[in-house]
Amino acid sequence: MYIESLVFVVFSVMLIGSALAMIVSRNTIYSALFLVACFVASSVLWLLLEAEFLALILIFVYVGAVMTLFLFVVMLLNMDIVSHEKGAFVRYLPVGIVLMLGMLALMMYVISPTHFAVLTSVQHPADYSNIKALGAVLYTQYAYPVEVTSVILLVAIIAAVSLAARHKGNRRSQNIDVQLAATKGDRLQVLKMPSEKFSGASDIGGPEQPARGE
Amino acid sequence: MMTDLFTLLIIIAKILVILVPVLLSVAYLTYAERKVIGYMQARVGPNRVGFLGLGQPIADALKLLFKEMIIPSASNPVLFLFAPILAIAPALAAWAVIPFADGWVLANVNAGVLYLLAITSLGVYSILISGWASNSKYAFFGAMRSAAQVLSYEIAMGFAIVVVLMAADSANLMEIVQHQSGGFWHWYWLPLLPIFVVYFISGVAETNRHPFDMAEGESEIVAGFHVEYSGMAFACFFLGEYANIILICAVVTTFFFGGWLSPFQGIPLLGNLLAFVPGVIWFVLKTWFFMFVFLWIRATFPRYRYDQIMRLGWKILIPITILWIVVVGLAIEMRIPPWFT
Repeated sequence: MYIESLVFVVFSVMLIGSALAMIVSRNTIYSALFLVACFVASSVLWLLLEAEFLALILIFVYVGAVMTLFLFVVMLLNMDIVSHEKGAFVRYLPVGIVLMLGMLALMMYVISPTHFAVLTSVQHPADYSNIKALGAVLYTQYAYPVEVTSVILLVAIIAAVSLAARHKGNRRSQNIDVQLAATKGDRLQVLKMPSEKFSGASDIGGPEQPARGE
Repeated sequence: MMTDLFTLLIIIAKILVILVPVLLSVAYLTYAERKVIGYMQARVGPNRVGFLGLGQPIADALKLLFKEMIIPSASNPVLFLFAPILAIAPALAAWAVIPFADGWVLANVNAGVLYLLAITSLGVYSILISGWASNSKYAFFGAMRSAAQVLSYEIAMGFAIVVVLMAADSANLMEIVQHQSGGFWHWYWLPLLPIFVVYFISGVAETNRHPFDMAEGESEIVAGFHVEYSGMAFACFFLGEYANIILICAVVTTFFFGGWLSPFQGIPLLGNLLAFVPGVIWFVLKTWFFMFVFLWIRATFPRYRYDQIMRLGWKILIPITILWIVVVGLAIEMRIPPWFT
């Protein structure tokens, strides 16, 4: 119990601290990395709640894939050079506070005990498999929501691909079939040349001929 | 409180028992690599330090320890020093769920496969961060190439693991091995042959090894993401890469080659004769075999072109895995013996 609460405190502080640092940091790369730290910390908190599937999927999907792409894009566009304006925080503070209060109120309403049943720390036996329990619920009780979500995701994928592949003309790509169809005759030409004669070729410098038979 | 502390101490002792052999193997994998590739290319390889050159890895480690660690003045020093740590930490942390023999595992977790996927997906951060923090264009190119490549092959790897999960009906690595018991022909490499090939190829690509070592590409971008590193920081990248190779080999052994199971199980006379051999020996032998294949590939194939890597990942490996998910699903439905009864 002692170690568990220690872990909880350490990672909660890490979560809040890195969330704050992500917003305050002026360097875009630092912000992205602090967001990664946020994900890792919240994943540890989920592990403490015995939600190992969610915790590991959070790391695999968000840290391993989504944030890598974020970093990739941020680095590629060199956004860290675009420095924030000095007064940006102060200028947008009123809007930010209003938005924050709205979100806070919404969350307090939704996650209040009346709307969101909180199970108070159920200790499961050691052979309890979070994945199996989750899978059983998702594919029986919540089968339709899962299907609807997957269709929405599929539509999003198709939309993203069609947006990216809109301009057919200015795309350059390798045509592998053409490359593989190339034969020796297309690329190589052997020219016949009359052999030239050197007078006393062995006296001229140049690479020494290796002695035969050695 | 005291019992908690005692459990913690036991866990730390277990971690040491796993990590010390792993790090020793890393050292001697570098030696094996130079020797094996040497003989494949009709050379002798290192043979000066100690008997048969066996002291070579230790001499190399000492050399790297005493070299100066140069931090480029235009770099970002914090992230520059953080990247090597990120390279080696996930490569070592992933060993927690690998079963070395029946019951010989640090953490027998039900979501072991997911843990492996999650931890190994962290490795790309070291490459991205080191490439960016070095503030050098070659390092940056290496990082960009590697990030795109690792992401692409992670998808194929994830799907391949889904097929293994379906076949074994469990995400626990111990249960996956136990499901394969019954001898050589019962291991998953046969019913999941395309997946085995896809997983191994993606494993080679994930570790940025030949022929997928675009991240380093000595002939084009010098040494890629770690071009600015020297001394121990460079050694960390080196250790991380080789620890990852051994890890991939151990995982392939676990998923497709029956982990600690004896290959002679079920054969009338030989099976009983060799039943006394402990499981960990078989596990190590199988892992060595795959490590040898890694070196063999490096000595054999030329480097891919970048668009060929992307084509292989997206247009060949991923469709194969998706197709095989359907095939294995049907096989499980129809209970095809001897694997899916």
